[in-house]
Amino acid sequence: MTARLSIEGASVTYRQPGRNVLTAVDAVDLEVGAGEVVGLVGESGCGKSTLARAVCGLEPLAGGRILLDGEPVEKLGLRPRDPRLRRIQMVFQNPYASLNPRRRVGAQIEDGRRVAGGGAPTVAELLDSVGLDASAGSRYPHEFSGGQRQRVAIARAMAAGPDLLIGDEPIASLDASLQARVAALMRRVALERGASLLFISHDLAVVRVIADRIAVMQAGRIVEQGPAEQVWASPQHPYTRRLLAAIPIADGLGRLPAV
Amino acid sequence: MTAVQLPRRRALRVPVAWRRPAAIAGSVVLLAWVLVALLDPLLGLQDPLQQSVGDAFRAPSAAHPFGTDALGRDVLSRTLWGVRSSLPLAVALVAGSLVVGSVLGAVAGYLGGAVDEVIMRIADLVFAFPTIILAMVVAAALGPSLLNAVVALLVVSWPNYARVMRSLVLGARGQEYVVAGRLLGAGPFTSLRRDVLPNVSAPMLVLAMLDFGNQILLLAGLSFLGLGAVPPTPEWGSMVADGVTQFSSWWLATFPGLAIFSVVVAFNLIGDSLRDALDPRTAGAVQGSSI
Repeated sequence: MTARLSIEGASVTYRQPGRNVLTAVDAVDLEVGAGEVVGLVGESGCGKSTLARAVCGLEPLAGGRILLDGEPVEKLGLRPRDPRLRRIQMVFQNPYASLNPRRRVGAQIEDGRRVAGGGAPTVAELLDSVGLDASAGSRYPHEFSGGQRQRVAIARAMAAGPDLLIGDEPIASLDASLQARVAALMRRVALERGASLLFISHDLAVVRVIADRIAVMQAGRIVEQGPAEQVWASPQHPYTRRLLAAIPIADGLGRLPAV
Repeated sequence: MTAVQLPRRRALRVPVAWRRPAAIAGSVVLLAWVLVALLDPLLGLQDPLQQSVGDAFRAPSAAHPFGTDALGRDVLSRTLWGVRSSLPLAVALVAGSLVVGSVLGAVAGYLGGAVDEVIMRIADLVFAFPTIILAMVVAAALGPSLLNAVVALLVVSWPNYARVMRSLVLGARGQEYVVAGRLLGAGPFTSLRRDVLPNVSAPMLVLAMLDFGNQILLLAGLSFLGLGAVPPTPEWGSMVADGVTQFSSWWLATFPGLAIFSVVVAFNLIGDSLRDALDPRTAGAVQGSSI
């Protein structure tokens, strides 16, 4: 069986004027199976978001390849995106920037439904599935809170009936109290509609709860991957251990990350 | 997640842009000119074209509040009729350059590459000459008429809009909502129309508003130089031109000059207020570019 998404030795580089070539993603191998939830964790700047953008065709690959159901993902140019690739959808990090401020939420979800074609759930059903009232569709993004906007963004991505949903740090800009809820919501809606989920976060504690497998990324490379419980319980790589040690514990004492 | 229906009272309130003394003053002056333009035939003025050589160069008096010109025509009447050529032509001119410049700038900014290079280098070519000089060249080539003056000014004024539009589109293109639209399959033109343009329209409207005064001045300038309005059309620029040689008859140039001044100031007051209201930070004009 081929994986839904397979990333094979993918590299993304940026040319910095007057300086060296920066390798943001360095020969990464990663697979996401059908109906699987993979969590990708790592510190800021380690290349997780760049990898997510590359999977969506937003970054050109310097090496390796990215396959969706065995067929390569091409770079998104000026032409409309290949309908085959519209089955990859993304939920962005900043819910204040990912919704068009000048359009009603319902119309933006409708754009997604058009991708799915016939048989897509209605806007009301989609809003309901992310815990929003059906009347939300007639409102503008500024009338929502950050958490609600992220729910709208999830509904829009799911409206397209994706086979692969990518969350690019979707909970990083939310209140701590909302993070786990929105993460769990993404897992639920993705699996309900038979989509795989690649969930990117720097919060190993949240990822552990929703992911089947966890991949740990550091400086553009994947340093460790395995079943969520295994990575959580017996981390092999020193970087993973440091990440685990940095998770705050509610013991009232606090602890400094071991650097 | 309950959806509270917001009371729809906003439509009844005065928009923020107009709640400023400057904006109100500008609007009142402009409105007065629009009314004058509409009601000219009903104001009981003398025919602005009616000559009466015996009455030439009369100083302002009860019969002729603004005096008379070299052909004995009533300057008040000609000044008030003059708004009929200046205002509609300025509106057409600004609308024309806004549309042409915006479309070219948006296409250049969004598509980039060779298209961008060609459009922006043509714009640079226009920028390389002083506005009024280039407009004079074009107008002279086309022959004197008000319509040709408008065409000439259109040729020199679209690059301003194109340049601003291009930079706005470049900023908006990378916004996440634009990328999200592309991921859902929007092509460049759908993306521009649906996601980019509505979010950059406010600064473009401010630019257009501030450009009005400029264009009225340029239009009057071309007529002043004899490249616009053809006699005997009452037009402020050409009236001023008639007056500047007659130092003893100060009223000839003064009143049409004041008319130009009042309209230009009115437009600038409105444009400034609009800019302040729509964009308090002036920078970061793209919607959603900051949290």
